[in-house]
Amino acid sequence: MSLAFVIIAGLTAASAVAAMALRNLVHCALSLVVMFAGLAGLYLQLGAEFVGFVQVIVYIGAVAILIVFAILLTRGMEQPAPARITTATPWAVSIAVAAFFVMAGAAVNSRKFEKPSAAPALQASPGTSKQGASAISVKSLGVRLMGDYVVPLQVLGLLLTAAMIGAVIIAMPERKGEGGGGEEVDRG
Amino acid sequence: MADLGDYVLLSMLLFCIGLAGALTRRNAIMVLIGIELMLNAANLNFIAFWRHSENANELHGVMFAIFSIAIAAAEAAVGLALIITIYRHYRTTNVDEVDSMKG
Amino acid sequence: MTALDQFPITLKHWMLGLSFWPDWLQPILSALLSIGPIILVFALLFGLVTVIERKALGRIQNRRGPNRVGIPFTNVRLAGFGQFIADGIKTLTKEDVVPRAADKVVHFLAPIALVVPVMLAFAVLPYGRNMVALDLPETGLVFFFAVGAATELSVFMAGWSSCNKYSLLGAMRAIAQMISYELPLILSTLTVVMLAGSLSLVSIVQQQESTLALGIHAWNVLTPWGLAGFFLFMVAAAAESNRTPFDLPEAESELVAGYFTEYSGFKFALFFLGEYFGLFAICGLGITLFLGGWTAPFAFLNVVPSWIWFFGKLAFLIGFFIWMRGTIPRLRADQLMNLAWKFLLPMTLVNMVVAAIWHFAGQAGWPGVIRWLFCAAMILGPYWMLGRGLETKVGKRVYRYAS
Repeated sequence: MSLAFVIIAGLTAASAVAAMALRNLVHCALSLVVMFAGLAGLYLQLGAEFVGFVQVIVYIGAVAILIVFAILLTRGMEQPAPARITTATPWAVSIAVAAFFVMAGAAVNSRKFEKPSAAPALQASPGTSKQGASAISVKSLGVRLMGDYVVPLQVLGLLLTAAMIGAVIIAMPERKGEGGGGEEVDRG
Repeated sequence: MADLGDYVLLSMLLFCIGLAGALTRRNAIMVLIGIELMLNAANLNFIAFWRHSENANELHGVMFAIFSIAIAAAEAAVGLALIITIYRHYRTTNVDEVDSMKG
Repeated sequence: MTALDQFPITLKHWMLGLSFWPDWLQPILSALLSIGPIILVFALLFGLVTVIERKALGRIQNRRGPNRVGIPFTNVRLAGFGQFIADGIKTLTKEDVVPRAADKVVHFLAPIALVVPVMLAFAVLPYGRNMVALDLPETGLVFFFAVGAATELSVFMAGWSSCNKYSLLGAMRAIAQMISYELPLILSTLTVVMLAGSLSLVSIVQQQESTLALGIHAWNVLTPWGLAGFFLFMVAAAAESNRTPFDLPEAESELVAGYFTEYSGFKFALFFLGEYFGLFAICGLGITLFLGGWTAPFAFLNVVPSWIWFFGKLAFLIGFFIWMRGTIPRLRADQLMNLAWKFLLPMTLVNMVVAAIWHFAGQAGWPGVIRWLFCAAMILGPYWMLGRGLETKVGKRVYRYAS
């Protein structure tokens, strides 16, 4: 439980709560960005540097900006709506809390997380994996992507292409003539 | 680098916060933000377990995380495009008011 | 020669080795001694570049630039080079106006969110032999692009928090421009990474230190893919730092000042600073990747210290950007987008293929000239075809005269 972990984890959790609880949509999006940055810091602490920087580039540099553009294009910024506590809210929160306690109970009771007495091996592995930290290289990542994982990589390329084309087509405004003609045909 | 249990606990916390938000909020974009939060929590879990595994040179966790990030980006793009189109039709992003197919 | 070359490093080691520092202070002191000179040098360079830019733009426009302020409060003129001191004092003493309807927290954080990532980007550039603040042996270049991506959000924060239609419009246009040009920027650097085999900027520069015939250092710009990549990178870099001809987001004649309309005083100075620092950082990256970093052009010129070569090349590139600003007209928003998506992006992809062909042709033993001409033809072909294909909407100009 190093100090750095506590600070970054606290920041991440606090900004996640803020992202879900704030009224103003743009503030939610900005605290989501802080959460992404906190997660990137955690990845760096875990020694996965490439994933950490990719998280910043993709999530903060692309997904957060997409969310912000969508907020602006759907006029979410105009009036922060008052908190609507519907009949569903207590159910939702209790489901989430129950899920958390079930998962946390399972984790705490699991043998993998036993503290030092059971595991000289577990204590040795942070040491060796710290040396392993310098051994994981982006080159081996690339080799593995092009070697073992080449089929998922190609499928991912197709998926991204389809998503891009699909998003553009879905969000494109309808041309006035075609839309009007289609509706008339349907009604007639 | 903290213990594995701390990272897993944090990722569970983030997941449940995202779950609560996605189920509670009425704005479609907030639901999407909750989903992104859940995906990120799962990524953190993968990387934490990868780092604490015996053969970290296998890079399985990192691979999964990279693919998950890419897929989440694609899904966010399409989801937001859908929200924009629905807004154009119904002039609202409140998920309760998009109910024209309700029986 | 090596003494002058390495004197910042020896100075730092001497200061660290002084006996009265306690042990726990060593890492902090080492970090400060690395960061301090970088920030000081670039802040000074920022001041000088603002004055030089105004004087150069003035000369291009057939007038003189600022030439009165030398040392403030005295009569020493110094041909106007003290203007940045006067500007600094002015911005510090101006009233900080925040619109009443503005979002105070986000309005305050936006300039900080711009300047901090840009300063982080200075940490990974190698300024001389063995002179790099943060040597990331696996992910140096990815770090640079990560902090570049973080600056885009500050543009949005500035535009939205001002609660002003024009600021918001300028911010959205600026973000659209920046994310569109990020793709050609990153893809054009990928060719260098491919052929250098490493993402570490230090190792990329060291690989350009090998010499070709006549003692010419093997800069990446001397290869056809390097030359094309350099041009693509420079165009994308101009767009990323919102310089003319891509400065629509901050064009005074169109949007007042774009996304920082509502900023005054020191926050405006911070935005200005952030923009120029971004320009320096991206020029520094271009020099590192394509122009050989701190290496001299010819091997016998190694007597000149390596950091002088780096800053000399940086000065040359900045001068080139200033020249472009004074000469080329501004692009329209849709012309800008077309350029990014329909021209630069296909050209970067072609560039990657040509770089691969270059590498494998070299391994297969093609003689140098044939390899160069073949790869150059493979780049020029699509360039010509794209240029022809994209021009179809521009017909012959039709003149209509009053009759």
